[in-house]
Amino acid sequence: MSQRKRVATAGSQSKLARRSQQVVLDEDDDGDASFTQLTSSQVQKARENFTSVQVDRKVAEVVQFILIKDQKKIPIRRADIVKHVIKEYKALYQDIIKRVDRTFEQVFGLKLVEIDSKNHIYILINKLQPVPGEPISMCPGNPKTGLLFVILSIIFMKGGTVKENVVWNTLKKLRVDVGEKHEEFGDVKKVVTDEFVRQKYLEYLRIPHTEPLEYEFRWGQRAEKEVSKMKVLEFIGELHSQEPQTWTQQYREASSGESSQR
Amino acid sequence: MSRPMGDSHKRFLQTLMSNGIISSLQAKALHRHCCETHGAHYSPDRLDEFIDVINTQLQPMFMYIRKGMSEEDGVQYYALVNTAETDITRMSSDYADNELELFRKTMDLIVDSENGAASSTDVLNCADSLQTKKLKKKETELVLNKFVQDKWLNEKQGVYTLSTRCIIEMEQYMRLIYQDLIKVCHVCQNVAIQSQICENPACGIKMHLPCVARYFKGRNDPHCPSCNDFWAHEIPEIRQSQSEGSQSQSSSAAPAPTPSTSSTRRSRRS
Repeated sequence: MSQRKRVATAGSQSKLARRSQQVVLDEDDDGDASFTQLTSSQVQKARENFTSVQVDRKVAEVVQFILIKDQKKIPIRRADIVKHVIKEYKALYQDIIKRVDRTFEQVFGLKLVEIDSKNHIYILINKLQPVPGEPISMCPGNPKTGLLFVILSIIFMKGGTVKENVVWNTLKKLRVDVGEKHEEFGDVKKVVTDEFVRQKYLEYLRIPHTEPLEYEFRWGQRAEKEVSKMKVLEFIGELHSQEPQTWTQQYREASSGESSQR
Repeated sequence: MSRPMGDSHKRFLQTLMSNGIISSLQAKALHRHCCETHGAHYSPDRLDEFIDVINTQLQPMFMYIRKGMSEEDGVQYYALVNTAETDITRMSSDYADNELELFRKTMDLIVDSENGAASSTDVLNCADSLQTKKLKKKETELVLNKFVQDKWLNEKQGVYTLSTRCIIEMEQYMRLIYQDLIKVCHVCQNVAIQSQICENPACGIKMHLPCVARYFKGRNDPHCPSCNDFWAHEIPEIRQSQSEGSQSQSSSAAPAPTPSTSSTRRSRRS
């Protein structure tokens, strides 16, 4: 806060000073010019224009909006939040989003994470890990979680990138044939390459210069933030009745992943 | 005075949110599980306090965990209510406009009816006259299935009733839209959709079936508590699950949680 005040009194008309006077939300080039041209005094004025009750209400509305979008695991665009919810409170975007973030952490145990800083796209990730023995499933009726976890495990054990055929072959061994309609998952290929990718759990990327065209899988941004690599390794360890440490490379990666995820 | 939420509270809230509605038995088991997972102090008779902590933090978000009773079996349930909504907007992200219109019309049929139910035939007739965009028979059946799966309606032998989740979450909306058409149960004072009505036209009080069962238990000559006329309806038996729901459960009724494995590293004191 005090930093902004200092900048506001700078007063010099040089390009550099003008830049530093701006409450720059970020160097965005998404065409939304009105964001970057806000001066700190404009923000201050906006704070005075709206009562705290009104702003409280906006915070609540943004929380609701994001929760609903997140139900479908659709990444949330900042532009949508502003257009549909924040509207005339736009100048207070930073204030509002900060409070929204705090609410998600303190009340819901969720975290708002920006996965695309150019286009300003967020996802809500779970700060609480799934634990065994839940009396009611956290994801009721969702066998897809198991499928996803297996695929994430394959990718992780293979060093982070894996050709799609490896995934299909492994799944086939588990009686999940990507060519056939599966009893629980339906069109398996669609679930894996479309649904999981859209939800940002997986990345499905073209391998350049391949003829015929081949694709590879990687962990998506949501998986990176939500899934504990150590948990994956422990799962593999149990499958093979070995200690996780048996796989030194993966163990090292999983251990460093733990500390960065906290 | 508001206590901050611990991880045990957050986990409870998340699970409730992803399930939409949980029974009080499930809530008790979940309460225990959440406290044990995060090493929080657990006391089985402290569930209400536990939920109060969550509700205090939810209040600025215009959200609230509300307790309600199933009109069918008297079991208590918990659902998350949005106190700022005065429409069925909480369904709006999952359904198309014409599907929402169908839901509203189905609710109209149910509220208007004497028995708090609507036949699939009646709903299909509505689908034919939607203002937004008509729904064909097959489409209507699919949408109705979705309403049931998402726990907004119950279906039994082609007859649709409002689910407990629907009544808990949309009570505010219903009172606003239907005003005097919505009556409350004489016994428990909550909205009564499926109910028995006093036959005396000058009286007409309503009582939920589970409430009737409790109120007239053991009496073989039931009379209306309001006008004293003979209560001309069949008195249902108190269901086993109903009595379980209203008493406090001993912890042995909850399923034993599996011992936590390596979650110790991740568990946080709340």
